[in-house]
Amino acid sequence: MTYIPISPHERDDMLKTVGVKSLDGLFEAIPAKHRFPKLDLPQALTEMEAYAELSEIANSNENVRGDLVSFLGAGMYNHYIPAVIDHMLRRGEFYTAYTPYQPEISQGTLQAIFEYQSLMSALTGMEVSNASHYDGATATAEAVNLAYAQFRGKRKRVLMSPSVHPQYRAVVRTYTQGMELETAGDDESNISLSPEAFANQVDENTCLVIVQYPDFFGRVNDYTKLIKASHAKGALVCVVANPTALAMFKTPGEMGADIVVGDGQPLGIPMWYGGPSVGFFTTRKSYVHKMAGRLIGETVDARGQRSYVLTLTSREQHIKRERATSNICTNQGLLALASAIYLSVLGKSGLKQVANLCYQKAHYAASELNKIKGYKVSSETFFHEFVLECPMPAAEVNAHLLEHAMLGGYDLGQDYPSRVNHLLIAVTEMNSKQDIDDLVAVLSEVSHGS
Amino acid sequence: MDPKIVEPTIFELSSHGRIGVTMPASDVPETALPPKDLLRSDLPLPELAEVDVVRHYMHLSKFNYSVDSGFYPLGSCTMKYNPKINEDTCRLPGFLFTHPLQPIETVQGNLALMYQLQEWLKEIAGFAGVTLQPAAGAHGEFTGVLMMRAYHKSRGDHKRMKMLIPDAAHGTNPASVGMLGMSVVTIPSDERGNVDLKALEAACDDTVVGMMLTNPNTLGMFDENIEKVIALVHKCGGLMYGDGANLNALLGIVRPGDLGFDVMHFNLHKTFAVPHGGGGPGVGPVGVAAHLVDFLPEPLVGILEEGEDDGETAPLFGYVKPAKTIGRMKAFNGHFGGGFVRSFTYIAMHGPDGLKDIAQYAVLNANYLQARLRSTYHIPYDRICMHEFVAEGRFEGSDVRALDIAKRLMDYNFHPPTNYFPLIVPEALMIEPTETENKDTLDAFADALIKIAEEAKSQPELLHNAPHITPFGRMDEVKAARELVLCCWLPEGYDTSA
Amino acid sequence: MNTPANLKYAKSDEWFDPATGKVGITDYAQNQLSDIVFIEIFVEAGETIEAGKAIASVESVKASSEIYAPASGKVAAINKDLPNKPESLNSDPFGSAWMIQLESASAGDVMDAAAYEKHCEERAH
Repeated sequence: MTYIPISPHERDDMLKTVGVKSLDGLFEAIPAKHRFPKLDLPQALTEMEAYAELSEIANSNENVRGDLVSFLGAGMYNHYIPAVIDHMLRRGEFYTAYTPYQPEISQGTLQAIFEYQSLMSALTGMEVSNASHYDGATATAEAVNLAYAQFRGKRKRVLMSPSVHPQYRAVVRTYTQGMELETAGDDESNISLSPEAFANQVDENTCLVIVQYPDFFGRVNDYTKLIKASHAKGALVCVVANPTALAMFKTPGEMGADIVVGDGQPLGIPMWYGGPSVGFFTTRKSYVHKMAGRLIGETVDARGQRSYVLTLTSREQHIKRERATSNICTNQGLLALASAIYLSVLGKSGLKQVANLCYQKAHYAASELNKIKGYKVSSETFFHEFVLECPMPAAEVNAHLLEHAMLGGYDLGQDYPSRVNHLLIAVTEMNSKQDIDDLVAVLSEVSHGS
Repeated sequence: MDPKIVEPTIFELSSHGRIGVTMPASDVPETALPPKDLLRSDLPLPELAEVDVVRHYMHLSKFNYSVDSGFYPLGSCTMKYNPKINEDTCRLPGFLFTHPLQPIETVQGNLALMYQLQEWLKEIAGFAGVTLQPAAGAHGEFTGVLMMRAYHKSRGDHKRMKMLIPDAAHGTNPASVGMLGMSVVTIPSDERGNVDLKALEAACDDTVVGMMLTNPNTLGMFDENIEKVIALVHKCGGLMYGDGANLNALLGIVRPGDLGFDVMHFNLHKTFAVPHGGGGPGVGPVGVAAHLVDFLPEPLVGILEEGEDDGETAPLFGYVKPAKTIGRMKAFNGHFGGGFVRSFTYIAMHGPDGLKDIAQYAVLNANYLQARLRSTYHIPYDRICMHEFVAEGRFEGSDVRALDIAKRLMDYNFHPPTNYFPLIVPEALMIEPTETENKDTLDAFADALIKIAEEAKSQPELLHNAPHITPFGRMDEVKAARELVLCCWLPEGYDTSA
Repeated sequence: MNTPANLKYAKSDEWFDPATGKVGITDYAQNQLSDIVFIEIFVEAGETIEAGKAIASVESVKASSEIYAPASGKVAAINKDLPNKPESLNSDPFGSAWMIQLESASAGDVMDAAAYEKHCEERAH
């Protein structure tokens, strides 16, 4: 079926006005030999059939709300999403609008995203937030673009901690392959370095230092000294942060970070098999002209009403073209809206509760797992994710857990060859004590069985 | 004088101690928090009840114009109606609540859907390979240009640093090239809106990476010399990049791959009905010809074990890494839920004939509007257009500009067309009606534009001061850029302690 | 349009004062750009630059432009106040909104005020 609201007689009237005999007659500019290919696609389904087919596909997955108990995080987290968010997102006024280029009839989007910017600034402790990037990984790559532009290409080195998400580091490498830029620092041997010791690798040629908070292994480090040492060498520092953790821990802004980025998925966005989510990007006001992405600012309209517009647009690609820092055009408007509604409805107390539940449950899980013979949890400070050293390859542990309808943690051996026995376990408010006890029970079996 | 507040911000609505959502109590023994110097001391977030939040966002939603509320003929944006069924299918729990790093055995449905979508997009546009990963059109462009660069490098051809881009192109094209340190050579358009072949020929040499062409271009014109253009670029060893922004005009009409394009990005949020979401998310898969398949981003979805012909055993889908991949463009799998599922549903419900209908009616609607407006507005490139056309928003002896016409259209309850783009048409009004508008709407829109042209002569100030009936008037953009108020806070003195 | 007679002008709308070595953008340029909101100067004091080199970038509400050196020479000073008040490029382009000052400068491809006025007029048509 189609969604075309034109009847055959209207079509004929319109063709007459145009002066063409048939619909096919509109396409004479197209080379005849390639015109009207026969597409090898299945015949059209009705809505009822399509819903049935999509349901069948969806049902053939095992989801983490009924089929599986999940301890998997590694950059995407299973959090509760209050019902109100999707009810608001389903307003056609929000989701079927375009980029707010005409502010007189787009104040809904503009004010909502202005508030999103404000909420992200508040959460990260930074002065400015843009209207969002594609995800946490691309936001990190845009931080590199900012720093590279800030030094006008004169500083040619980016220092990345190996404890930054492996996929984020991969994206930074993809983005920078056309620049004269060296990416360094993420050798596995640097994982155990303290932030202060890692900062010794910053040099005068470094434009940006990238660290993660909590880091990929779940560890919470105070980066104040690292940032100070990096600034002493003239480099900027980007902190990749988990927004839920920021409800509890000292903000990167307070530590002196120049840029704070991250993925907003934990803020009311479903995991959706990887996306879409939202990449947040916050920085200091002094870097705002080098920041890519849309930006909304407050102003007044001709009637003296407070209102909002896209601002500083002349730094973007449609004006600057090849001189732009980034080619970004789209933001993640609808997902930024989801995050804003999440933060609004949870508010200060709700978000603190979520963070505290994550912290409490993860620490309970860590302490119980640490008691199992052959398993070991590192003693470093963590939030809701930690490394579990197993007596056998993590892949085998995960396979066993899956037989018990449990998604184990992330197998760190996939990215860090020396850590094949290490699982990264995430625990959120969605995991009950019973879930955790079940995990402990199964792993105890695995330990005894081996 | 303080500006009048129409809707307070979420921070201004906050009241200390109000609760929106309460989370369950902890069911595990308590662990002490880390030392205080690692914790935050204040958390300046708002506090509201659920009803406060709902009313706030409902108020805001009413300030928006949207496709669901009316005609939205933004050129090159393809603001078509987005079928409601897509909103339901993309929210099926099997899609919403699956983690991208789950073992592949537990997400065969997702992987099968991605594989099928890759196959469909290949078939629709005539390519040998497709990556679904890029998050938006511009992201897809960047992916495509990275592959073009990698292709030349893999052949030891290091001196190619020049990208040919027509003057009518979107700004993202040169910006994508700029991100890779390549240079841009602008190619003019001829008087029929085609690429100027002489200028193209002169620019083609062995330093050319390729050409980025939007076809139909931003004038809504299908390039009448497309085969010659592509042949010239190929002859000098360059690759042909297609900006798929305007693919809606070509579904079932012609396959860019058949014409000789080597790379093209799709905009699933334009052509395949992913709603625009107030600015995103987009979805920007990229298709490539056979010689570029090895360079696609990793990972792709492939078949790891073939199924049985009896239909009893399904194939095992999983991730595969192209041999010379440019790497990863974003974390995880691209815009799966909000993108792939919606577009999959949309393509499945259209089939081959339905897709062709889309293009035919999109082109009919544009030509119909063009025909109705031709005697009132100057149309600089006036021939059968594709899915959109460009008119000039100016009149002899009048100081009314395209901007004024755009703003005045709001008073007639229409969203304005794209204005001031493409740059090669003065006072451009770029109109794309899409296939999902009926004749009555198109007639009402044409009538409004004709009426506005009369108003421009009789009472120009009506246009200069428009819009009049919208909840907001024209904005002071200079104030916004000079004062740079980019966020709001809780009222002074509010208790923000964590 | 203001075009002081004592200055030299580049085709790309920068002025150069042979007496002081100062460099800036013209009244015509600021008018074309309209409301300027950002200026970044690329060069540093002590640097030696060639005429034609990009020395700054200017952004207005609607447009963006690179600024090129109309003369060669050693950068003696840069106007450090300018980034804090980019609007002065609109209000006082030949005065307080100078961008850099060159010493031992030699003009590049520049013209006198009359020729520049003609150059601007031609573009208005």
